[in-house]
Amino acid sequence: MFGYYLELALRSMRRSPALTVLMVLAIGLGIGASMTMLTVLHVMTDDPLPGRSAHLYTPHLDPLPLNFKTDAMGTNPSQNLAWPDAMALLHAHHGVQQAAMAGGSVLVWPQRADLQPFYVDGHYTTHAFFAMFGVPFVEGSAWTDADDEAGAHVVVLAEALARKLFGTADAAGKTVRLGKLDYRVVGVTTDWAPKPLFYADASAKFYSDADQFFLPLADVLGSKLGDDELQISGNISGWSNFDGNLRDPSTTWIQFWVKLDTPAQVRAYQRFLVDYSAEQKSLGRYQRPPTNAKLYSLMGWLRHENLVPDDVKLQMWLALGFLGVAMLNIVALLLAKFLRRSGEISVRRAMGARKRDVFVQFGIESALIGVAGGLLGLGIAQVGLWSIRQRPDDYAHLASMDPSMLAGTVLLAIAASVLAGLLPAWRACRVPPALQLKTL
Amino acid sequence: MQIQPILAALRKHRLATLLIALEIALACAVLCNACFMIASRLSMMHVDSGVDEGALATVQLTGYEPAKAADVDARAVAALRAVPGVQSVTLLNSIPFGMRRGTAGITTDAAGQHFGGVIEFYVGGAGSLRALGAQLIAGRAPQADDFHPFTGLLPGDAPIQITQALAEHLWPGANPLGKQIWLDKSHFRVVGVLKTLVRPDPPGWPTEQRAWAVFVPAQPGPFLTGSYLLRANPQDLPRVMRDALAAVTKAVPDVVIDREDSHTLIELRQKTFQNDRAMAGLLIGVIVALLGVTALGIVGLASFWVAQRRKQIGVRRALGATRGDILRYFQTENFLIVSFGIVLGMVLAYTINLLLMTHYELPRLPFFYLPIGALVLWGLGQLAVLGPALRAAAVPPVVATRTV
Repeated sequence: MFGYYLELALRSMRRSPALTVLMVLAIGLGIGASMTMLTVLHVMTDDPLPGRSAHLYTPHLDPLPLNFKTDAMGTNPSQNLAWPDAMALLHAHHGVQQAAMAGGSVLVWPQRADLQPFYVDGHYTTHAFFAMFGVPFVEGSAWTDADDEAGAHVVVLAEALARKLFGTADAAGKTVRLGKLDYRVVGVTTDWAPKPLFYADASAKFYSDADQFFLPLADVLGSKLGDDELQISGNISGWSNFDGNLRDPSTTWIQFWVKLDTPAQVRAYQRFLVDYSAEQKSLGRYQRPPTNAKLYSLMGWLRHENLVPDDVKLQMWLALGFLGVAMLNIVALLLAKFLRRSGEISVRRAMGARKRDVFVQFGIESALIGVAGGLLGLGIAQVGLWSIRQRPDDYAHLASMDPSMLAGTVLLAIAASVLAGLLPAWRACRVPPALQLKTL
Repeated sequence: MQIQPILAALRKHRLATLLIALEIALACAVLCNACFMIASRLSMMHVDSGVDEGALATVQLTGYEPAKAADVDARAVAALRAVPGVQSVTLLNSIPFGMRRGTAGITTDAAGQHFGGVIEFYVGGAGSLRALGAQLIAGRAPQADDFHPFTGLLPGDAPIQITQALAEHLWPGANPLGKQIWLDKSHFRVVGVLKTLVRPDPPGWPTEQRAWAVFVPAQPGPFLTGSYLLRANPQDLPRVMRDALAAVTKAVPDVVIDREDSHTLIELRQKTFQNDRAMAGLLIGVIVALLGVTALGIVGLASFWVAQRRKQIGVRRALGATRGDILRYFQTENFLIVSFGIVLGMVLAYTINLLLMTHYELPRLPFFYLPIGALVLWGLGQLAVLGPALRAAAVPPVVATRTV
């Protein structure tokens, strides 16, 4: 019967082309707008490291004084760690792997005469960063634990930066001038850019371009953070006067991530954080309850940070409202279309079709319109996403559809039109056949 | 025109009438709120900067130690002054629509108890306020002995010029001249009032805070360096900008020119509002599409009703109704449905606005948007039904005599 209904539906669509075009257009526009915004939402809340994110956690301590009030700018120093806390967590080795990091930017002085000096963004981190996050290397490897302790002047470059500076990704062993000092390149990574950049400072933009360099965290301790030195791109905040000493226990600027494989390890680490806070409290450094210490999973952290800007959410609601209007439109038009064929329905009923059969017939017709509208909506959504990619927002370059969204578009279109067609189909199948047959 | 027959006829098609009314209601609600959002963005994009944007440009240098500031400034300023067409070169730390280097929270008392707000401190060398072209409406402009060297973010003590908006906020109704503000240990005395001076980043602030700025005179030095304000004739400005960048590259090759932030103020203004232009464009696109879909829906349904009632129309024509009567009948019917939808739509518009206010901190919808939305939808409905109504009016009376 499915093939028969399909044929009936196609025939009826051909018989009233204007009405069909109207409905397909309405569904297409509504679906196109909605899918554009839903895709943007999807990429902004997507899993940045599929396969690894389930095992990555970030600890947060609460070293603030009891009477601390966030200032007018709203920065909360307990979002990051201070140097002594980060080093204590690092050297405790309680997780399978752990790394401390901070975002940075540095002035690169290329050796090539035709390149002007330029700033690049990157991260200062410890050696376990690469293994923990699974950063693939094109050449060389990360630096060692000894390099971390000594604050050695070594750097890992991203492939794009290595090519820009040396013309080739084969840069291991070469030197590059960053800020005021020379650094030896020990490794080159592929252009690795998890979306969103979840390990960045919460106040930095999560969607900024990938990190181009990685330096040992200890290297930034000696910097006065001037324009021509290693700079920190992220919040440096605290509850007492910052005099430039990054080792200050009351100034936070470091992010920390740890890999924990089993739930037992997660619980053990949570206990460790509480024990550490209690120890600091007994030493007089912490003032707040030790149970304020928290451990967030990666996806939990992204949810906590509420990454999606209000603008995007507003646009999504607008698009869904538009889809709602389009669906109401479809309901009215389908009602008109089905009721116009009362004579045809009555003939079918007189020949033995049940109400159910008529209902299914019209349901399939709605679904067919949904398919056509979905394909049109796909095209419109691609145009919409292209226009979003031209925008200056930092999430703009991520706006493109992956296969799941493509399938979702057509499914949404079919679901919307079937839903819209339910009421008209139900009204149509209840038409009393005898009345209609008389007027034929 | 009798309304009763129309209502009686509509009662037979309750469902379709309700659907169209709901569609109009939703369209009205979305239309009113979207238009309001567009209007807010557009008014923000047209904020009065208080400076002569067309005549100003900035050059930003970076990548050198504070100890070399005097030398770099001397060479750069000399090179910039030598560029033909440049009327003045002064130092200014923050640039309207550009770099932001002086944002801080202030208090109106020395003890730091009364928080005044987060404002922008424009710290500038001699001649910079005059170069900006900001209009002084009370008090005095900075004088030669107001400019002192300083260390840190701001001078510890200085006479300042304040914008009228900020003065009204800090001391409503009072004369601001002579009043003082504090920032940690620094304190400033108001000696002049500016008509307005926009912050470097208006999109990030609520409407009333966009002009909260003060001008602090200070002597250029290690903490006021590398940020130059150029003034030239508006016609010469593009050429002057190009020549200025070339001149600075030659005169001070050992520093980095921040090309991303070195532009004319008009270009900086356009970049600042790029996002808002994009959002406004998107909203306009959605509104047009929404109105289009609604109109098409009305056309489709009206066509169906006309086709369904052919016999009825024929009978009426045979009984003496003119074409105009039939036309008016359908237009009135559409008017009634749209009115019903608009009434629902007003309620829905305000509900949606309340939701937006609580969740997204948007301002309240002003009342005059509702009549405007109503008029637009009435007009849209009438235009949309015109085609089918004319077709109805063209039904000849002889249809009444046929049985098919």
